[in-house]
Amino acid sequence: MIELKQIQKYYNPGSVNEMCLFDDFSLTVQDGEFVSVVGSNGSGKTSMLNIICGSIPIDQGQIIVNGVDITVRKDYLRHRSIGRVYQDPSKGTCPSMNILENMSIADNKGKPFNLGRGTNKAKIESYRDLLRPLNLGLEDKMYTQVGSLSGGQRQALSLLMSTMTPIEFLILDEHTAALDPKTAEIIMRLTDQIVKEKKLTTIMVTHNLRYAVEYGNRLVMMHEGNVIVDKAGEEKKNVQTEEIMSVFNKISVECGN
Amino acid sequence: MALVLSVFEQGFIYAIMALGMYITYKILDFPDMTVDGSFPMGAAITAILISRGMNAAITLPICFVAGGVVGVITGLIHVKLKVRDLLSGIIMMTALYSVNLTIAGRANVPIYNMNTIFDNDFINGIMPTVLKPFQTVIIVTIIAVLTKYILDAYMATKSGFLLRAVGDNDTLVTSLGVDKGMVKIVGLAIANGLVALSGCIFAQQQRFFDISIGTGTAVIGLASVIIGTSLLKKVSFLRITSSVVIGSIIYKACVAAAVRLGLPSTYMKFVTSALFLLILVFSMEKNGRNNTKAGKNVSK
Repeated sequence: MIELKQIQKYYNPGSVNEMCLFDDFSLTVQDGEFVSVVGSNGSGKTSMLNIICGSIPIDQGQIIVNGVDITVRKDYLRHRSIGRVYQDPSKGTCPSMNILENMSIADNKGKPFNLGRGTNKAKIESYRDLLRPLNLGLEDKMYTQVGSLSGGQRQALSLLMSTMTPIEFLILDEHTAALDPKTAEIIMRLTDQIVKEKKLTTIMVTHNLRYAVEYGNRLVMMHEGNVIVDKAGEEKKNVQTEEIMSVFNKISVECGN
Repeated sequence: MALVLSVFEQGFIYAIMALGMYITYKILDFPDMTVDGSFPMGAAITAILISRGMNAAITLPICFVAGGVVGVITGLIHVKLKVRDLLSGIIMMTALYSVNLTIAGRANVPIYNMNTIFDNDFINGIMPTVLKPFQTVIIVTIIAVLTKYILDAYMATKSGFLLRAVGDNDTLVTSLGVDKGMVKIVGLAIANGLVALSGCIFAQQQRFFDISIGTGTAVIGLASVIIGTSLLKKVSFLRITSSVVIGSIIYKACVAAAVRLGLPSTYMKFVTSALFLLILVFSMEKNGRNNTKAGKNVSK
């Protein structure tokens, strides 16, 4: 369970550009929830993910995970129970290393990075089995440098890598935004499958309202640092894309964009 | 002949230093100026230990460890105190000047009549007479090649994978639940360990320590790395570490050629810099300014 309690976050505090992003922002994500987060640019979606992961500090408030206050815990320590996929496909993989090396390094998460051999030949087949269902042909490119793969291939690999080891939470930051519609669809289905298989508590930020409605069991819309729509359970199942679209248009008009 | 031999001797000795700079400059994308201090530190420690009668072979691991400690301090300054990479190195380089003087006790320590790794009863005993003129070059080749293979082996370990990952994409390292600052510190430690080791061997080959030998180390190292990685990029069967070793020899050959053409030795450092500038300009044309990180050109 992730609890954000009365979060305050200012950008450029003390300067003329001071901007209040969150003022008394609270959100609780229960175990096993798959939350889709939508909202206009600057509404604080990505900042919220960064706050949960420790990538940016907060000015006030508490971040509580499974009952433990992690507000001051370092980012890399928090990531031990978090898998994260970014909008930019190049952030989840190492371009100068090949697919096998990338998967090996991801597979070693949570174990010591000592002087043992980096790749394990015995595991190559199990890595191939993971790649095969993607239908991207990656299973035959184990020794290809990841830098020469396409964005979609890299993002699929990033998703697999971030969920290879036992984790509790999956944080998806517009992870289909940089992909073409067909690849985005493949990645979204793969995401849903992994989340269900591994029973991950997931927060997915997306600009695609259809994905937000179609996937997940809770939908949150954010606007100017506040949650303005929050539908879970039966309510979420009955939500239509048009309905969310009309709310979204309304707040956009109010903002003048 | 003597000139060719000296090119290979010095080329292989500086290759060890260049391998260290390959880690910082190419893998970590960290322009590490510390080397201007850690190279002479290796030489100072070696000169003092040998002149006090210590076995020459033992100075090698001692210098590697001492260089490693220096690298850790540079890393701590950069990671923990959040000082910029270039400045962290400059601070350490300047401080090490005094440290090196303190270690050596004075600016110049000769070790002419002492046993070194190139000249001791054991080596002199097993080396056939025919190979006597090549004794030094054989030994430095063995050490440099061995160092290269050990570094290659390290790069294939889990720890080595992390080092490659941190320069490539440090977000991934954080995602793996590992402190990227620690990985950088480890990289700097290994790099400066190699640089000090190179200084140690240099002092034994030259048979003296001089406080000024460190000046320009970073330039020589970077030039070697850039020659190795850009000139020899097309030679795909070569590992990048091998390219760096060859780059170091090519660079020493260029400097030797310039001196041979009649430039007085006062211009030595000038030639060093001018050559580096030329190499930089020529390699940039092909690669673009931002391709300093390993693997960047692959991602395009």
